[in-house]
Amino acid sequence: MADPLLRVENLVRRFGGIVATDHVSLDVAQGELHAIIGPNGAGKTTLISQLTGHLTPDSGSIYLGGRDISHLAAYRRSALGLARSFQITSLLLDFTVADNVALAAQAHAGHSFSFWRNARKESALRTAAQAALERVGLAHRGGVLVSRLSHGEQRELELAVALATKPQLLLLDEPMAGLGVTESARMVKLLQELRKEVTIVLVEHDMDAVFALADRISVLVYGRVIASDVPSAIRQNEDVKRAYLGDQQVVTAHV
Amino acid sequence: MFVLTLFTRIVILVLAAASLNLIMGYGGMMSFGHAAYLGIGGYAVGILAQEGFGSGFLQFPVALAASAIYALVIGALSLRTRGVYFIMITLAFAQMAYYVASGLARYGGDDGLTVYKRSDFGGLINLSNRTQFYYLCLACLLGVVFLIWRIVNSRFGMVVQGLRSNEQRMQAIGFPAKRYKLVCFVISGTLCGLAGALLANNTDFVSPAVMYWTRSGDLMVMVILGGMGVLFGPVVGAVAYLLLEELLSQVTEYWALIMGPLLLLVVLFGRGGIMGLLGRLNRG
Repeated sequence: MADPLLRVENLVRRFGGIVATDHVSLDVAQGELHAIIGPNGAGKTTLISQLTGHLTPDSGSIYLGGRDISHLAAYRRSALGLARSFQITSLLLDFTVADNVALAAQAHAGHSFSFWRNARKESALRTAAQAALERVGLAHRGGVLVSRLSHGEQRELELAVALATKPQLLLLDEPMAGLGVTESARMVKLLQELRKEVTIVLVEHDMDAVFALADRISVLVYGRVIASDVPSAIRQNEDVKRAYLGDQQVVTAHV
Repeated sequence: MFVLTLFTRIVILVLAAASLNLIMGYGGMMSFGHAAYLGIGGYAVGILAQEGFGSGFLQFPVALAASAIYALVIGALSLRTRGVYFIMITLAFAQMAYYVASGLARYGGDDGLTVYKRSDFGGLINLSNRTQFYYLCLACLLGVVFLIWRIVNSRFGMVVQGLRSNEQRMQAIGFPAKRYKLVCFVISGTLCGLAGALLANNTDFVSPAVMYWTRSGDLMVMVILGGMGVLFGPVVGAVAYLLLEELLSQVTEYWALIMGPLLLLVVLFGRGGIMGLLGRLNRG
């Protein structure tokens, strides 16, 4: 088997006494859509943040295409082809839709120590931005301020921004968060298209979406990976059932 | 005569405010020590003049270079912090510059330094001629505003404004944030150093007082009053502030009592400063 695109080895991250990431190991193969699920507080976002470089792990290593990236800054990982979307939408709200995406393209088209030429007139950047917006169905909204977009559109824009960096690996932190039924369905369809081109790590609560999309699923509970397998095996897995069922018992006990 | 000197002073301070707007308005870096560059630019002219180097072709490049180097050092240290800490640390450095200047016994110390001869640009332009000097300052201002306009629309400017809006997002899409902020900080400081060199020529005098924190505050107020992150905001803001100061101080010596509430009103009701207000009136 070829080297996995992303390899995580024995990753540990503590916050005070809490072990948010507890010796997590994980392989994501080229071209696969790998979902990470788990109850609230399982440490999914903490894990993603370490992958993107927004948090540094206490120990363990992360390899992208065989290269150790555990201690690279976020912007360097982006240059190597790692892109992320944020669980809580994180965009340039006072910029237009097109400018948001064009900046992402600009970050990967040479340096930006250019002080004179009008960046909005660089056709290469505009074309790249337009292409990414078309992918997510926002092409007609290019001139609108991001703060005026609906929540669903902002989620789509998050994707377009990530795509415009031409990633090898896309880390999506709950792209369906806060979406309605129709919007979710559109997002699932969109992801089904994208997975043909790019390797995706998907953190998601929406189980229908996860089981519809994932090639493999890793289940995170209290910072530990308790199972990592194809969807059908995950469904049957006793530990997973217990983890989710256990949670429900906690919930019902409070009622 | 007096009017021309006043106008020249206004033009120079507009230039300083415009340079501050680049980091504060566009870059989101609330520097509370911008007056330090007025002093550095001014002392570069004054000290060189006193030591017998009267040529403007030497004085001005030295003024700009000294400001750039100061900005590079201060920026590299200050940009490790953000928010209130950034405000405090830039203020602290400017106050240090103030006390260093006060301690320069050879160059007048607390009392300041008289510039007996204005920068000499050979036959090119005579700074002692008030009209010529005024037009030189005006040309510098127009040049700087044009430069800032190009910068904020360039790739670099887009990155800087993106960092103001959401630094985490900018890093995630691949921009090394600090590097861009630092370069912006240096450009801004250098431009303000130019204002300092002009100011020393205008008053024939430079003293630690131009670096005092209240002067940094004045510059911030000018930018906020006019409208942060708007190209002509600091122009409008500085002109309004300085003219008001001039007019009110002729009416009463307690002019600050009127100025204060006026500023409060603009900040409270005119989000986006005067330019913001005008924009809203335009849209009806």
